[in-house]
Amino acid sequence: MKLHCPMPELDFDIITLGHGSGGLLTNKLLDSGVFHLFDNEYLQQRHDGAVLKLEGETAFTTDSFVISPIFFPDSNIGELAVNGTVNDLAMCGAIPQYLSLSFIIEEGLKMTEFWEILIGIKSAAEEANVQIVTGDTKVVEKGKGDKIFINTSGVGKIHKRAQISTHNVKAGDKIIVSDGIATHGVAIMSVREGLEFETAVKSDTRGLNHMVTELLDEFGEDIHVLKDPTRGGVATVLNEIARDRNLGIEISQKQLPIQNEVSALCEILGLDPLYVANEGIFIAVVDVQISEEVVTKLQRMDYGTNASIIGEVTESHPRQVVLTSSIGGKRIVNMLVGEQLPRIC
Amino acid sequence: MKFLSEYRDADLAKKYLDEIHATVTQPWNIMEVCGGQTHSLVKNGIMDLLPKEVQMIHGPGCPVCVTPLHLIDKAIYLAEDENVILCSFGDMLRVPGSEKSLLQAKAAGADVRILYSPLEAVQIANDNPNKEVVFFAVGFETTAPANALSVDKAHDLGLTNFSILASQVLVPPAMEAVIEDEESKIDAFLAAGHVCTIMGMDEYYPLVTRYKIPMVVTGFEPVDLLQGILLTIQQLEKGEAILENQYSRVVKPEGNHKAQELLRKIFTISDREWRGIGTIPVSGLEVRPEYASFDANLKFNINIKKVEEPKECIAGLVLKGIKKPMECSQFGKKCTPQNPMGAPMVSSEGACAAYYHFSGAAETIV
Repeated sequence: MKLHCPMPELDFDIITLGHGSGGLLTNKLLDSGVFHLFDNEYLQQRHDGAVLKLEGETAFTTDSFVISPIFFPDSNIGELAVNGTVNDLAMCGAIPQYLSLSFIIEEGLKMTEFWEILIGIKSAAEEANVQIVTGDTKVVEKGKGDKIFINTSGVGKIHKRAQISTHNVKAGDKIIVSDGIATHGVAIMSVREGLEFETAVKSDTRGLNHMVTELLDEFGEDIHVLKDPTRGGVATVLNEIARDRNLGIEISQKQLPIQNEVSALCEILGLDPLYVANEGIFIAVVDVQISEEVVTKLQRMDYGTNASIIGEVTESHPRQVVLTSSIGGKRIVNMLVGEQLPRIC
Repeated sequence: MKFLSEYRDADLAKKYLDEIHATVTQPWNIMEVCGGQTHSLVKNGIMDLLPKEVQMIHGPGCPVCVTPLHLIDKAIYLAEDENVILCSFGDMLRVPGSEKSLLQAKAAGADVRILYSPLEAVQIANDNPNKEVVFFAVGFETTAPANALSVDKAHDLGLTNFSILASQVLVPPAMEAVIEDEESKIDAFLAAGHVCTIMGMDEYYPLVTRYKIPMVVTGFEPVDLLQGILLTIQQLEKGEAILENQYSRVVKPEGNHKAQELLRKIFTISDREWRGIGTIPVSGLEVRPEYASFDANLKFNINIKKVEEPKECIAGLVLKGIKKPMECSQFGKKCTPQNPMGAPMVSSEGACAAYYHFSGAAETIV
């Protein structure tokens, strides 16, 4: 997060129920800087909703963010809430344009914390080149939330060369992962209560839309599917693709990019990195003809230095994802059941 | 990653595999005792790479799997007490009790916390003087020292609101019970590397001598397991039965004296019930009478009925290595990780779950 904006002088330092009442205090909260931070022609209308001019095919998505802790190494829930929706739009082959932003705040949240979250939102929105055009704030009683929940919805115009659909996936297609896996999930685990790792792992939350646009500009319909492996991780996304298309997927453990620190923490915590959440990478299923070029292009981008072809789509073992282990053994990579629970020993 | 990648090296693994193939002349059944080893065998696809003569039999070394049903019911009973914070390692939460799991109790409002260290529970007790904090102390010799440390620390702090619900079991008596079982067909053991890190190797010599059964203390990485398997096969083919240490980078023959002292200070050896297997003499660790106030079993009046295991579940036979998970009529049908009938389908170290997740059983059955 690069932005630094000093918080304005305020006559309140925590958010209370009144700030969500819709009355004077709500206005005070919004005027304290929210409007100013995200200023644009749509917000200036101060209307019940934003009136937008959309052209052509448009993608529309929504996502809620309930992460704990709300601050984690190098980022926070605000930045995550923008990037999450931006990336969902990008995965549809869209160029994200407008976002809505809703807060459910548990009373008692410090204004300094709220401000830091707002800065995270502004920073991510600027980087992704999207505008926050409408929003809402509710405050719930202490104990009825977890500091702050954020919902963002977004719309974006479909890229003119995009033809993203699982139906386009065919045997022989290559599977590319855009950067190191499991980074976000491990960064969050490393700061959860009770785990005191002195780790350098930072969340990888970031907008992927510019990368996707560049790929679509050059490779268009040869990019068959884009998915961001958030909850459930890479394994879940690959299983979804295999099941949707009734095709098999083969991946190689050796080709999976993963930072050393991330891999080490996964070992200590007993987590399988294939199931750990990501917020700053995507999986692309592409035509074999362009696969090497795509990887080379990604590796030249800031967020794609570790891009790698991790496997391919096959007609054998339909609906199954098979991994070749580092020593050459094979195993099935299944869907995750429930959440990954830390092991005893 | 240094100290790990070497033990996942494809060339080294191939070298051991080639040697195993060259050495073996007849069928052998080798039991890997520890659930961590089972997990690694399946996760790395090792069993498919072994010669067909070598059958790996999965042992009882999964702490989650052998914790008796009524103890899980006790933990749930305590967790549902408004005054109790129940702390547990993560993989105990999904294990089915007779009516529900700790995870279901948590969802219904019980204060159940997942911890990585028993010492965190002591901290929670210290921070919440008005609550009773109970740690569900499950595990083998590997985790027992940390459980002992939590009692020792709580004692030193003078805490009166901390106790442990102990289900701690010992490996050598269970190995003996497995050998003694009439249906047993085990020719050799891969002993559990991390248990030996604590306890050393001394207690395994009598087993090797008495039953003339080869035993190799083995680690958990693919190259460790392959080397351990090779060493046992070399013994078997030569007709030898000795105790060897494959995992010497971690296991010292004498073990960890400090940890052993702590175990003796806090715990005493007792008979113990193993889920699916039954009571095994001198196979458990209980809180010593001097520390009775830290024993949740004595501290709370836990009034629950003892319920029988579901009859269709063959967890006991799986834990003793007599049946493979796939031989169970309920495997992948009525019993899945989403809806487990027995504990081996829950824990990542449980043989049933390992087969379900990594062998394609899920897809072939659905």
